[in-house]
Amino acid sequence: MTRPGYRHARAVTADDLPDAVQAHLDDGYQVAMVACHEDVDAFRIVYVLLRARADDRSELVLAVPKDAPAVPSLARLDYSLGRFEREIRDLYGVRPLEHPLPRRLVRHGHWPKRYYPMLSNATPDPAFDQDIGSFPFIEVEGDGVYEIPVGPVHAGLIEPGHFRFSVVGETILRMKARLWFVHRGIEKLLEGTDPGTAIQVAERISGDTAVGHSLAITMAIEEAAGIAVTDDDRATRALLLELERLHNHVADIGALANDVGYGLMNAHALRLREDLLRINQATTGHRLLRGAIHIGGTQLIALPDPARLQSIADTVAELSAITIGNATVRDRFIGTSVLPENQARRLGVLGYVARASGIDIDARRDHPFADLGDDFRVVQESAGDVMSRYAVRVREVQVSTAVINHLTKRLDGRTGQAHPAAVFGPGSGLGIVEGWRGRIAHRVELDASGHLARAKIVDPSFVNWPALPVALADTIVPDFPLTNKSFNQSYAGNDL
Amino acid sequence: MRLDAAVLAVTQVVVMVVLTPLLIGLMRQVRSRLEGRAGAGIAQPWRDVRKLLAKEVLKAPGTSWVQATGPVVLVASSLVLCALIPLVGTVAFPLIPDDLFVVVGVLLIGTVALALVGLDAGSAFGGMGSSRHMTIAALVEPTVLVAIYALSVPIGSSALSQIVDSRMQSPASIAAPVSLLALVALAIAVIAETSRMPVDNPSTHLELTMVHEAMTLESSGRDLAWLELGSWLRLAALLGLIGALVLPWGLATEITPLTLLIGVVAVTIKLAILGAVLATVEVFLAKLRLFRVPELLAGSFVLALLAVTASYLTVQA
Repeated sequence: MTRPGYRHARAVTADDLPDAVQAHLDDGYQVAMVACHEDVDAFRIVYVLLRARADDRSELVLAVPKDAPAVPSLARLDYSLGRFEREIRDLYGVRPLEHPLPRRLVRHGHWPKRYYPMLSNATPDPAFDQDIGSFPFIEVEGDGVYEIPVGPVHAGLIEPGHFRFSVVGETILRMKARLWFVHRGIEKLLEGTDPGTAIQVAERISGDTAVGHSLAITMAIEEAAGIAVTDDDRATRALLLELERLHNHVADIGALANDVGYGLMNAHALRLREDLLRINQATTGHRLLRGAIHIGGTQLIALPDPARLQSIADTVAELSAITIGNATVRDRFIGTSVLPENQARRLGVLGYVARASGIDIDARRDHPFADLGDDFRVVQESAGDVMSRYAVRVREVQVSTAVINHLTKRLDGRTGQAHPAAVFGPGSGLGIVEGWRGRIAHRVELDASGHLARAKIVDPSFVNWPALPVALADTIVPDFPLTNKSFNQSYAGNDL
Repeated sequence: MRLDAAVLAVTQVVVMVVLTPLLIGLMRQVRSRLEGRAGAGIAQPWRDVRKLLAKEVLKAPGTSWVQATGPVVLVASSLVLCALIPLVGTVAFPLIPDDLFVVVGVLLIGTVALALVGLDAGSAFGGMGSSRHMTIAALVEPTVLVAIYALSVPIGSSALSQIVDSRMQSPASIAAPVSLLALVALAIAVIAETSRMPVDNPSTHLELTMVHEAMTLESSGRDLAWLELGSWLRLAALLGLIGALVLPWGLATEITPLTLLIGVVAVTIKLAILGAVLATVEVFLAKLRLFRVPELLAGSFVLALLAVTASYLTVQA
């Protein structure tokens, strides 16, 4: 149960690649990431595919010559592959051949020509160039169609994202999101850092996912260096992950009510969230749970009090019952912005977005690293609307609380021990964690001194963002904020 | 008589300008407390207005004179409303009647001014807000007309002061079915007209859901202060009208210092009660989906229409 998944790698040629990937997809694998590496004489592209059955992790490795950096595009096999290819093109300059949608993705409009920030010879902070032409938005034509541009600067405290709505009256015909306004160069920053620093950087990838990202990179480094972690420390990590899920879900449960003008519920949810953050503070010394995860172990200050958590979970259940009991709220939630299951599958969405559309996916079960007890179950809804995404969160709060209380009982006061393990390379490792938004995957390569040579980070937001416009078909403009909140994808996790 | 009316009108305007920000503050404070928050205190809207009036006006590129005159027109129309509606007393000018059609006309001037301000900058949000605002206004104004018309049928006059006078003399008519139907219709119309829940969320920061707020997004400084004050005054004046219709007591029928004082105290109490009730109800409401708003307003129009029908039947009987 708690052994790391079975990871195997195989080298492929450019000619064999499409068939090899297709064979994997036919065999039940799902794309987890495509990571590019700049070796001395060639680019090395690693396609990581995962299968829930037997926690199977397969890697296909393709060497690409530096003088002709191009790969055959696999965008037609799987939607997310096409996005990873565009990301690699923008960051490394490796062109996907015959890509059906070859527009820039990560690339900022003002980056100088031929500037590929991940290359070893790239300057960290080049002078901005002229905008290389505004991002091409498809203009929808017809009687009474008009465009509403929103953002990237918003009225509330929201991260930067530009949304272009083509609208007739109040009905959305098409929505195009333009993200990637604040590239921070996190993957570049991680190159050459020691593992301890890497964990600190990972904690700051997306403020609300401190545990998810730091745990994923820690597990990747541990696998690369062959470091074993005790059962207790793995249980402690699982506990932290659920604490993070709790405070984020509670905040969302309030925010969704707030977005339909039911501010009363938000006031209560914020109160509960504050309670949870204080529990976090008492558990790890940090309100957002930073600083507890180390290479080789975990160190808590104290275990959370099960009775307190249970009372918060009970209050959440009561609040959500009152929220759902309001006829207007129900009317706003039900049937709004449906993400159909077949679309969700084709986009490869993750986390509560997938589970609300009837997809049975959860890395806690598919790629387990700790035994979560009998109370753990994968929550699932089928309608794919705002109500489903709300309901998944509400039910996951209960499951997470039960899991935390089970783990607390099992740990019996043991708060874990940070065995500061020495890291020796070289090696590569994959860390897979069900963060509160969904599956987080980190792939790390260590150099001989045990420092990070390369880290590839995939936040679930990267694959989930494209699902938002799909769900918006036939939604009305004033329902967009509610829909967006029900997805609540990360801008920071998406734009590294 | 003419001097009396002038004194009353001036008193009403001054009292309403002083009271309105406090009324808004009270409503926000009630909401805060009911949600378990501390709240900013009832004087906060006054501080906001003072702050905005002291700030320079920033104009978005492409804005015209509408940006500056629209808010003034809105405030002026709201002040005229405050002067016309029998809030403190029921002494009317003989030549400028407080006729219900005049009142609705003045209300509409403010509505249009606000919508034009929203359109002026040419931004998508302002246009969206204005279009939604006019859709709602088109459904609301007839309801206001028909509802008050129902009340005027038994009296045979459409002057608000005479309607209120007659209700003062025969309080039984307040609880008559005609009156109740008309009041409910009027209350819904007022809530929609003044952008309150469940039609619009006055405290939202989500640009795409806004109605009223969207129209004021491009305004700043003094312009924004006038827009806010003008909108608040509309709310207060319309709440005051409902107050005068439901609880017509305390209104001055002739102007002496004492009756004026009583009138002012009475309107303060009525506004406080109605404001607190409205804020309390709002806490338990969620915002309707925009496409459901016409259903709500159609419902209120039907109530108003029933009231008119019933009032004719009662008069004939």
